Amino acid sequence: MPDTISSNDPSDGAYNYAYLDEQTKRMIRRAILKAVAVPGYQVPFGGREMPLPYGWGTGGIQVTAAIIGRDDTLKVIDQGADDTTNAVSIRRFFARVADVATTTRTEEATVIQTRHRVPETPLKDGQILVFQVPIPEPLRMLEPRETETRTLHALSEYGVMQVSLYESIARHGRIAKTYNYPVLVNGRYIMSPSPIPKFDNPKLDRNPALQLYGAGREKRIYAVPPHTPVKSLDFDDHPFEIERWTECCALCGSTQSFLDEMIVDDAGKRRFICSDTDYCQERQEEQRR
Amino acid sequence: MTAPILSAKGVTKRFGSRVACRGVSFDLWPGEVLGIVGESGSGKTTLLNCLAGRLIPDEGHVAYETASVGTVDVHQLSEARRRLLARTEWGFVHQDAREGLRMGASAGANIGERLMAIGARHYGEIRGTASDWLSRVEIDLDRLDDRPTAYSGGMRQRLQIARNLVSEPRLVFMDEPTGGLDVSVQARLLDLLRGLVDSFHLSAVLVTHDLGVARLLTHRLMVMQGGEVVEAGLTDQVLDDPQHAYTQMLVASILPV
Repeated sequence: MPDTISSNDPSDGAYNYAYLDEQTKRMIRRAILKAVAVPGYQVPFGGREMPLPYGWGTGGIQVTAAIIGRDDTLKVIDQGADDTTNAVSIRRFFARVADVATTTRTEEATVIQTRHRVPETPLKDGQILVFQVPIPEPLRMLEPRETETRTLHALSEYGVMQVSLYESIARHGRIAKTYNYPVLVNGRYIMSPSPIPKFDNPKLDRNPALQLYGAGREKRIYAVPPHTPVKSLDFDDHPFEIERWTECCALCGSTQSFLDEMIVDDAGKRRFICSDTDYCQERQEEQRR
Repeated sequence: MTAPILSAKGVTKRFGSRVACRGVSFDLWPGEVLGIVGESGSGKTTLLNCLAGRLIPDEGHVAYETASVGTVDVHQLSEARRRLLARTEWGFVHQDAREGLRMGASAGANIGERLMAIGARHYGEIRGTASDWLSRVEIDLDRLDDRPTAYSGGMRQRLQIARNLVSEPRLVFMDEPTGGLDVSVQARLLDLLRGLVDSFHLSAVLVTHDLGVARLLTHRLMVMQGGEVVEAGLTDQVLDDPQHAYTQMLVASILPV
């Protein structure tokens, strides 16, 4: 197979630039524009079959394909890491079909597609964060009917969401939800932030980067424009809290980042290391210098 | 004199060519409990659903006197306003408690849902109100964190009532609240309802096929047959001196003990 099969001229029989045909990209861009105009609102779109299975990022990859251009630099992370199968194959896919530069450095990237994490390095103006979303509807587990959840969103009837948090406190003595923690966007729509740890929720609030969320199987796109307030739901007497660790990263010594627990031998010895590989590496390089 | 809290004018509802209720008109005054009796299929529940805005009648109007903004036409309200009204100023007690309760959530959450829906965000206070209401409907406080699935039928019904009354509604619609309960449980529930209606000065529309329930709870009675009101009046009057042949038959069919 040729290394690069991208072309703006469809007549040569190769794939169109960035894999999707122009009409599809146009449709997705319109959905994105609407999503940005109504922060947190789930916009339906005609999701296409992508060359990877549902659940591996078909939503994110379609959003990325619709917004990417030749001047962009792409970074793809999966659970914070740049070197997992999913991240590597999506990065290679776009390098091939969209002819873009790729990077693992958060500062250098213009488009970052992510699954399950927000990078530790603060994002800047002009960057776009694309989330892969499995279940876009935050009320789905509480209300199975789509017609009803849409009505609840339309009328901002969010008592039921609070009921689920109440249940959690009644049962566990605290809000036990640790990922996919529901947020209120711009004081209006309740949104699922995709399965990021609640550790990352504060990073969504008034972030200077544009956040786009794509759900491929459920065919929904939603967005949080730059500098939009995003509030994690809570109770006055049980305020929102993020995870904390008593350890620091075994590689870079960070006490500020989200740590993964690894079991390193059969005796149950464990180490904690940063889940964001780029952040960890940069800190290690800095320390060597 | 004050205005009626609920006023129906010529309410008619058809399902295809079948008429479920025809030309029903009445006024419900504050603090009054109106009973609707009749056999199965006489249009009682359809009428109740029309009154509560859950069904749109083909003809007629239902006017409701709100606490703050005067009289509104229930069916002209936007869905948002109607739903807001339904969870603040109204209550709706279903015959089957499973329809009115959130079976997957604990009793405390069930009672607290209305409070949270109108903006309560203090867990301790919500829980306090929930326990208060649980004891008012005579359920042990150690059942506060149990789900309704672990409750008996009578307890579910009482929980449903607590869940509705927590927002201190002015008007409650009840669809056979004692249906399917055994007699002793029915009696306790009736006692409880009578006390609550009294102490909160509630207005209520109560649908039942049980004349005993109607006698105990309601001030006025409407008798329905085939979708039409055949007789209406004070409860004691209707039951002691029925005028219409159908009402006479109903009263005569009460099993003597």
